[in-house]
Amino acid sequence: MAKQRKPKVAVWKFSSCDGCQLSLLDCEDELLTVAGAVEIANFPEASRAVVKGPYDISLVEGSITTPHDVERIQEVRRESDFLITIGACATAGGIQALRNFSNVQEFISIVYATPAYISTLATSTPIRSHVRVDFELHGCPINKYQLLEVINALLNGRKPNIPAHSVCVECKRRGLACVLVTHGTPCLGPVTHAGCGALCPAYQRGCYGCFGPMETPNTTALAAQWKHLGVSEQDLMRAFRGFNAFAEPFRQESEKHG
Amino acid sequence: MDKPSNFVVERAAFPQLFAALDTRGYTIVGPTVRDGAIVYDALRGVDDLPIGWTDAQDGGVYRLARRADAALFGYNTSPHAWKKFLYPPAVRLTHARRENGAWRVMENDDAPPRYAFLGVRACDLAAIEIQDKVFLQGAYQDSIYAARREPAFILAVNCAQAGGTCFCASMGTGPRATQGFDLALTEILEAEQHYFLVQVGTERGAEVLNELAHRQATDEEMARAEKILLETAQHMGRTLDTRDLKALLYQNYEHPHWNAVAARCLACANCTLVCPTCFCSTMEDVTDLSGENAERWRKWDSCFTMDFSYIHGGSVRQTHRARYRQWLTHKLATWIDQFGTSGCVGCGRCITWCPVAIDLTAEVRALRDTETIKGA
Repeated sequence: MAKQRKPKVAVWKFSSCDGCQLSLLDCEDELLTVAGAVEIANFPEASRAVVKGPYDISLVEGSITTPHDVERIQEVRRESDFLITIGACATAGGIQALRNFSNVQEFISIVYATPAYISTLATSTPIRSHVRVDFELHGCPINKYQLLEVINALLNGRKPNIPAHSVCVECKRRGLACVLVTHGTPCLGPVTHAGCGALCPAYQRGCYGCFGPMETPNTTALAAQWKHLGVSEQDLMRAFRGFNAFAEPFRQESEKHG
Repeated sequence: MDKPSNFVVERAAFPQLFAALDTRGYTIVGPTVRDGAIVYDALRGVDDLPIGWTDAQDGGVYRLARRADAALFGYNTSPHAWKKFLYPPAVRLTHARRENGAWRVMENDDAPPRYAFLGVRACDLAAIEIQDKVFLQGAYQDSIYAARREPAFILAVNCAQAGGTCFCASMGTGPRATQGFDLALTEILEAEQHYFLVQVGTERGAEVLNELAHRQATDEEMARAEKILLETAQHMGRTLDTRDLKALLYQNYEHPHWNAVAARCLACANCTLVCPTCFCSTMEDVTDLSGENAERWRKWDSCFTMDFSYIHGGSVRQTHRARYRQWLTHKLATWIDQFGTSGCVGCGRCITWCPVAIDLTAEVRALRDTETIKGA
């Protein structure tokens, strides 16, 4: 292979908790290999050093919640060849998208001593709502192995193995017994995007839907089954109104309840 | 053997089975209680068996329950089929390394365990026979399946009770194990007695039996086992009318009932993953970051995922309607054209483990009862 310039990777933060970009630092064993394969141009959680653009790969964390964000994401897009959103905030608006179901001005007046200082949008929206996105990585937080897989696939010019089917497929491949069927535990697994490796069911817990809607979610059918299990309308609304509340299928389902 | 001989092994002698299999180098797997269910997993001894446990099953519902007795095999089907051992959920097919600009492909050098399966039910024996057809009897043999299947020791257990979602009697696969086993047991508990009526299926089975204290069965004991199996057959939780089933499905591609099922179907793929005969898989090619090493993995897939039917331009079966119809029609109709047998053995797992309790016996009944397009 001809020696090529190392791809320049930048990590960008919008409204988020930093958990997803920390997944990259959390790659401990693989981190040095990644650092050897790419040039880290901007990574606020790891270093203050910033290398000027353009960038080959931009990893974007967080949602758009301020007028400043709206401008900044355009700048990131202009400077980036390949833009990957990482996590529920960047792909669905995150937990802060709960504001989309309320009046944000009321929150501001209650929370801040001088509301006039606060410049914010009425909604928290995913990156996709503002610029073209090349790939979306789901999860709250993302799975670090999936992040490595996407970077790996890009570097090697192949398709990333990031299936969009339900969590159930991962659950069954792991040989777990379905929590919904064996003890009637409400589980969002059947409508949730795979990626976590069925983490919660492995601990006998129902899926919380951290990875957002799967490719073709039938939330209505699952909600009907949850009701059959005795889940109240309000709890159903809350279940769909989590980290991925503003992902369209979950938003629609949540609005049918509570 | 000229005619099937039946022997009796007392419960007290049963632990000897583990030693007999262990000394032959088998990895013993069978039923054990874990995560609120009776699952198939590695067994160290008789105490790992679900002694005194049973399961209550219905559409979308499975509950572990205590029995009044200390039966070892007093339950029905497990959440997973034996295919998880013979046809692993994820397996590396090959790996390759780039050397001097060319790929060197290397064989897998892993030796799979020699399994001894304890407690294989008649429906699951029929399922293994079907997967044998799929993986071993076509133009190409699946070497991964073959390496696990050929040495496997099978101890079958006849069902002394029928589960809530069982319908093996409709499919003609059970509840009695008739072939495909090394040894077959019927567990009998009555009054103060607890013993196993044992039928020998192979020489290998006879050798194992010889290491257990056993004696010839009496006519009375054999009659007792017959009665148990007859009662099981009469108490199936579900039934499926298989008359002209293939034609029924072929003539009803556009039946409106498919829409009713689709409204409930989650397309979560659980039915296919628990099905003991479903065999679809996907390939994943992975590389390391340097791109110098590559691996090809095979993973269980399902006709309920979008990727499954993805070709240039998109997924062929976009709707849940199309996917459920594909699955049911393949299982009960096109399978017959493809492999000369139904793809359904009546184990009922797809009914129990469907999170929203879709019941294929009920769906077929609905199609049959409301058939509107007759040879049109």
